[in-house]
Amino acid sequence: MWRSKIALTLLGGTAALTLSTAMAGDAGGKGADRSEMLAVTCAGCHGTDGKSPGPIPALHGLPADYIADAMKAFRDGKRPATVMNRIAKGYSDAEIDKMAEAFAKPGEDDDDE
Amino acid sequence: MSEEDNMTDTQRRDFLKLAGSAPALGLLGTVSTARAGKNGRVVVVGGGFGGTIAAKYIKRFDPSVEVTLVEKNPVYYTCPFSNTVLAGMNSMDRITHDYKKLAQNNDIKVIHDEVTAVDPDGKKVSLKDGKALQYDKLVMSPGISLDFNALEGYDESAADKMPHAWKAGSQTRRLRTQLENMKDGGTVIIAPPDNPFRCPPGPYERASLIAHYLKQNKPKSRVVILDSKEKFSKMALFQDAWAELYGNMIEWWPKSQGGEVRGVDIAKMRVLTVDDYWKADVANVIPPQRANQIAQDTGLTNESGWCPVDQANFQSTLQDDIHVIGDACIAGAMPKSGYAANSQGKVAAAAIVSELRGQKPPEPSWVNTCYSLAAPQYGISVAAVYELEDGKITGVEGAGGVSPRQAPTSTRTMEAIYAKGWYNAITEDMFT
Repeated sequence: MWRSKIALTLLGGTAALTLSTAMAGDAGGKGADRSEMLAVTCAGCHGTDGKSPGPIPALHGLPADYIADAMKAFRDGKRPATVMNRIAKGYSDAEIDKMAEAFAKPGEDDDDE
Repeated sequence: MSEEDNMTDTQRRDFLKLAGSAPALGLLGTVSTARAGKNGRVVVVGGGFGGTIAAKYIKRFDPSVEVTLVEKNPVYYTCPFSNTVLAGMNSMDRITHDYKKLAQNNDIKVIHDEVTAVDPDGKKVSLKDGKALQYDKLVMSPGISLDFNALEGYDESAADKMPHAWKAGSQTRRLRTQLENMKDGGTVIIAPPDNPFRCPPGPYERASLIAHYLKQNKPKSRVVILDSKEKFSKMALFQDAWAELYGNMIEWWPKSQGGEVRGVDIAKMRVLTVDDYWKADVANVIPPQRANQIAQDTGLTNESGWCPVDQANFQSTLQDDIHVIGDACIAGAMPKSGYAANSQGKVAAAAIVSELRGQKPPEPSWVNTCYSLAAPQYGISVAAVYELEDGKITGVEGAGGVSPRQAPTSTRTMEAIYAKGWYNAITEDMFT
């Protein structure tokens, strides 16, 4: 926040150009990575960040191992399911592990204080 | 999130105001035009299943990107679950959503106005009120236009008498009212188009839920599907359900048995097939479709009427710096469904943010999960996981598919419960 204020006070000349150019490369957030990419596809049923608003199980904040084990069990027919058996077959072990990571550390995105 | 990302809307506006009034106007003007948000400026056209998600996930991946969503209507009526309104299971309120929380929670500027033109060279979107929006990247999620020249006699005014109800809202209300007013023993005709069209299982869920309503209220009535196809989505599951739940109430006439519709006679309430006609008490005519007119006017469509894109990131192959998602785009093996649009919105968001940040985009991944209700407590689904293969969105082999046939009642009940869960989750993903 303080940097934005400095930006405001410095506006007036070439300094502004330098600064805002610097800001352009100064990335906000963490961008999109493969872990997020895999995990966000679940939100249509499990809710944004896995915070399910309805009867579909929430994933938010669950330990990565728990989600990964469940996905592998669905995939391998070891856990009964209506649709997750069909969906889990679309992923390798490595993809499941990466996907599960994103739900395990949801705190990073909601600290808007 | 680091501190400097928390520049609020007001601060950003002040920044711009100050920039505009500063002495080195030319210099600053250039800078702020190119980079109003720290990492660029994105305009999203269309606030449906694709557009809301692209807007929200761009902000989630990089809050410093300035995102403006342009949507003509102040509220959105979802097509998913609109068949439950037709059946009297839900009111219109259930499928009505506004954009307030989406805007507030995600720092998205939402403008309710009509897009009159897009200038791909000037990177500018013109609005009906005369304003124009500059962008670095444009996301178009405009949905479909109905082809009112395709069927003889079925123009826009014919849709008052024979509603398509393939865009939810007043058309949904109109068809519901007609069903309510129909006498017992009446014939409801549903005429779905040939592929590709929005929501492939939609007409068959509609037939099911209308039959459910009629069975309870007007049991001598029937539902006749006059189809321009030989097969349809979740076909075996729907046909099993129809036989089990509705006996002979639902008739399906494929193209090869004279089902193909060529036009309508509005005055006589007839639906015209290639060699015959059917008299309807209520006619739900769903005409062929193409990408929304604005996509056509922007030069984003090819001879098919849909928008070709680089399927890795939804960048148009015809216009620079425009990504097309949702029903309007050609997305490999993905159907034109709400979930597909949701998934595409996230892939496009990741690609756009990565490009604006000068990073390599993550390898894309998509899912489609789509429930249909054959009755309030009878759900069936189709699902798929997709990956990019040779530049095309391709279903992962061995994954996905439809619900099993001959499943126990408990499975159908669970899937009906999950259908509601799906609706709650996907609309919350879109509108909060």
